Amino acid sequence: MAYGIKLMIWGERACFTRPEMKVERVSYDVITPSAARGILEAIHWKPAIRWVIDGIQVLKPIRFESIRRNEVGSKISARNVSSAMKAGSTEGLVNYVDQDRQQRAATILRDVAYVIEAHFELTGKAGEGETEGKHLDIFNRRARKGQYFHAPCLGVREFPADFRLVEPDEPEPDSDISLSGERDLGWMLHDFNFSSDCEPHYFRACMRDGLIEVPRSFSEEVKA
Amino acid sequence: MSAIANRYEFVYLFDVTNGNPNGDPDAGNLPRLDPETNQGLVTDVCLKRKIRNYVNLEKEDESGYGIYMQEKSVLNNQHKKAYEALEVEPVSKKLPKEEAKARELTRWMCKNFFDVRAFGAVMTTEVNAGQVRGPIQMAFATSIDPVLPMEVSITRMAVTNERDLEKERTMGRKHIVPYGLYRAHGYISAKLAERTGFSEEDLELLWRSLVNMFEHDRSAARGEMAARKLIVFKHEHPMGNAPAHKLFDTVQVERVEGADDTPARGFCDYRVTVDAESVPQGVSVEEKL
Repeated sequence: MAYGIKLMIWGERACFTRPEMKVERVSYDVITPSAARGILEAIHWKPAIRWVIDGIQVLKPIRFESIRRNEVGSKISARNVSSAMKAGSTEGLVNYVDQDRQQRAATILRDVAYVIEAHFELTGKAGEGETEGKHLDIFNRRARKGQYFHAPCLGVREFPADFRLVEPDEPEPDSDISLSGERDLGWMLHDFNFSSDCEPHYFRACMRDGLIEVPRSFSEEVKA
Repeated sequence: MSAIANRYEFVYLFDVTNGNPNGDPDAGNLPRLDPETNQGLVTDVCLKRKIRNYVNLEKEDESGYGIYMQEKSVLNNQHKKAYEALEVEPVSKKLPKEEAKARELTRWMCKNFFDVRAFGAVMTTEVNAGQVRGPIQMAFATSIDPVLPMEVSITRMAVTNERDLEKERTMGRKHIVPYGLYRAHGYISAKLAERTGFSEEDLELLWRSLVNMFEHDRSAARGEMAARKLIVFKHEHPMGNAPAHKLFDTVQVERVEGADDTPARGFCDYRVTVDAESVPQGVSVEEKL
């Protein structure tokens, strides 16, 4: 783990939607490895590297809140776009939100903070002269300066994530006292396998004194 | 139109007087409240709706500024001009056909619709390129102080149904916030703008819409809403020069002295200060309002 990093992230609200309750969204208790990877990729990512989440340290008590919003019911259909393109007119290519409306509640997390422990691996796509050190430097530099490719978010884009790099010689931030002991968080989304049609993988998340150890993808503990 | 080359963050302050800035469908249209702090809330989608409506009003007939997600009430542009003839840039032949097709569709959508270019949109295609992530990201707006919504009963000197005729009048209810100053944070990614073609002109239009959107959103429910401050942080570097939260921290909103234990009833009860000194190098602050 020579190329490990620790990133502290926090925000007012978060929603890491459970796939089984995604219509009226209900968040997982904690950030998923998949969402954590998304945050790292928002700061630095190249096809040459792959982020691997090793652990998630939960810093604040787990609290929920509910919010209901008016949302639209449908997506843009590709067929309509292509016929509008042929006709050369945007006429009729609209979605009337007040006719296609769904009110959906979301059960979201409040006031969250985590430390993501991760490292990256080089993929086959690394070009000549691309070294692990270079990518690590880029990531650390960006995280220190608060730079990002796009603003990282806590599950959904309306809940932005603030972040800072936890320096290697810095003392570990402490978890809240209420998180001490062992807690079984049940089966949780690990990540998607993008090479086989976005197949979701799950793992049994267990939090010990705030720390969730994340198994490697394709390991014994991770089930498709 | 080339895409913007800088990252931006912005702090947007707006207030409401005797109105309901954003009703909660879960609570019988009461103004949204943060249940833990009693601060008022306005969702990101509520503000984005108003930006769309403003752009639709300003750019009614102009090509390239269509609004995909429309509200019926603003749809009076029946005579939309035919826009520039199909000008799809040639696509690389190397791409697999399906993906190329999807890219072509999204590019076309970005080019013609402001809201797709700014906020993104999801299209139903199997290929990932059918999803557009826009450069603009907004968070929930929260009020500076807790707000205390009031229920106002009103009467109407008429009835809807004939059988209620003897009642002569019906009663209704309005929920209002006597006063609330709300603060919203926004993020604009230069790199995502590159992908959707969100340009400098689009950015100017966005600032204009934030400054003016409440002027065109008057209604019985809203009361008096007004944009009060728009503080923009411009990074020199497309990736940014400073963490967003540090920039947001430089904008302080306080009650003016002596008013601490009385309820705020106007913008004059607040003082907004921008600590320009502590803004890190490479970031410039601009007050658009």
